[in-house]
Amino acid sequence: MADITDIQNEFIRQEIEEYIERADEREKIIALYSKTSPDMQDIAAAIIDGQHETSDELTKTGLDAGISALQIMDDGLITGMAIVGIKFRENFIFVPEVLACARAMKAGMKHIEPILSASGIEPVGKVIMGTVKGDLHDIGKNLCIMMLRGSGFEVIDLGVDTSADDFIEAVEEHGANIVGMSALLTTTMPNMGRTIEAFIDADLRDDVKVMVGGAPVTPEFADDMGADAYGANAVECVDIAKRLSGVTT
Amino acid sequence: MSKLLERLAAGEILISDGATGTYLQQNGLEPGGCPEEFNDSHPEIVRQMAANYFAAGSDMVETNSFGGSRYMLKKYNHGERVEELNRKGAELARAAAPDGRFILGSIGPTGEFLEPNGTATEAEMLDVFAEQASGLAAGGVDAFCIETMSDMAETSLAIRAAKETTGLPVIATLTYDKGPRGYFTMMGITPEGAAEQLAQAGADVVGSNCGIAIEDMIEIIRKMRSATDKPILTHINAGLPKIEHGKIVYPDTPDHMAELMPQLVNAGANVVGGCCGTGPDHVRAFARVLHPS
Repeated sequence: MADITDIQNEFIRQEIEEYIERADEREKIIALYSKTSPDMQDIAAAIIDGQHETSDELTKTGLDAGISALQIMDDGLITGMAIVGIKFRENFIFVPEVLACARAMKAGMKHIEPILSASGIEPVGKVIMGTVKGDLHDIGKNLCIMMLRGSGFEVIDLGVDTSADDFIEAVEEHGANIVGMSALLTTTMPNMGRTIEAFIDADLRDDVKVMVGGAPVTPEFADDMGADAYGANAVECVDIAKRLSGVTT
Repeated sequence: MSKLLERLAAGEILISDGATGTYLQQNGLEPGGCPEEFNDSHPEIVRQMAANYFAAGSDMVETNSFGGSRYMLKKYNHGERVEELNRKGAELARAAAPDGRFILGSIGPTGEFLEPNGTATEAEMLDVFAEQASGLAAGGVDAFCIETMSDMAETSLAIRAAKETTGLPVIATLTYDKGPRGYFTMMGITPEGAAEQLAQAGADVVGSNCGIAIEDMIEIIRKMRSATDKPILTHINAGLPKIEHGKIVYPDTPDHMAELMPQLVNAGANVVGGCCGTGPDHVRAFARVLHPS
């Protein structure tokens, strides 16, 4: 079994000691990091610390040194986000810190993405995101989009007040595998269910996974209207999108 | 000193109103419609809402202007009507107010993040709040209620804009979630931290609204009270919304909430009112307990 001393980066060791409290999670995180090189751990540390300039620079340096884009993304950027997600869930950090981490992730991904797409490697998944018909609130949806893009997803943002037809059209046009719907108002929340019904009527329901979120939305409501998943926040949104894309189980 | 602050300083427990959005939805506001536009298109409904709350026992009523900032109204293509819709909102509530009762100008979040998390600059946000506050002041509000906030920088700008533009008293309340390590706003502010920082930013009354049920609100008020001597206001949801038979319901009855009023006041609340899901019946029940006569 991997031990925390197998991780060379002192900052990451401290982060694990201080913030990863659940034994099973700590074991998983240590196993994940102990397999990565010191260079990749430095990139992960920049993500955890929300240092976008450092992440930008180290990603470039790594690529120049001949490390593959895929390896930098997996071992550096994404492993960094694994710790960020747990710290957020446990109230050690909040939205401003997560946004700084997402900016650091994006600074690294901007070097990685062109290489991956040039070599024909598909994004982790394609997600259509929108606030449902009649609802003009987009803070939560925008947070989710930032986090999804930072985690390697291609996201098509349909903005606010999105009709069922707009969702369907976007899925057909982009060949997306996930639809994410958001609502802040209790009065517009039922439009999530109506959009899902429209996908059934259009014979497209089996082609996409549907995830939903927003302040008044609950897991029970999500289930009730036939969504595939509910996420309480932007970090959960990424976990769910990965699960729905088959990246994780 | 304003009459409102004088009465609070003298130790009175005052009653605020119940929800605005819930009431308007029950009276013809379409799902996703612009509530503030009702100040122009349905003045009688907005005035009657204020009258109903005053009749139920509210010492103060909030204006229908929660989303009345330029940032929010722009989304409904009413970005050029900030002064008009806020002023009319205040005038309607004022017209319904008996002598000696108060009108609070409601100011909600802009829906924008300040740089570097978002694109709004401090100067721009200050202007947006100042514009809304002066519209409300022109309509005759007695004080402002800056509410449902989660970011201290945004809240501080709203307090500053309201004070500098009008000189009127300012109430500022934040919204909390209950997480694994306690109560925090989305941006990570604790109740104790908020009580101190809101007062430092110039708020005359501090507090919390929305987000959680009354049992949790009592705990939040207790924590805020441990960190400040300022009067505390709270607007509380009728519980957290649930789905029953495909319809959204707020579970906490007027009686249930009224029963807990003494605990809320003991915890340190000076002004008590309702947020989402509450109505005149809730206010009547609060008044029965807090203002028996």
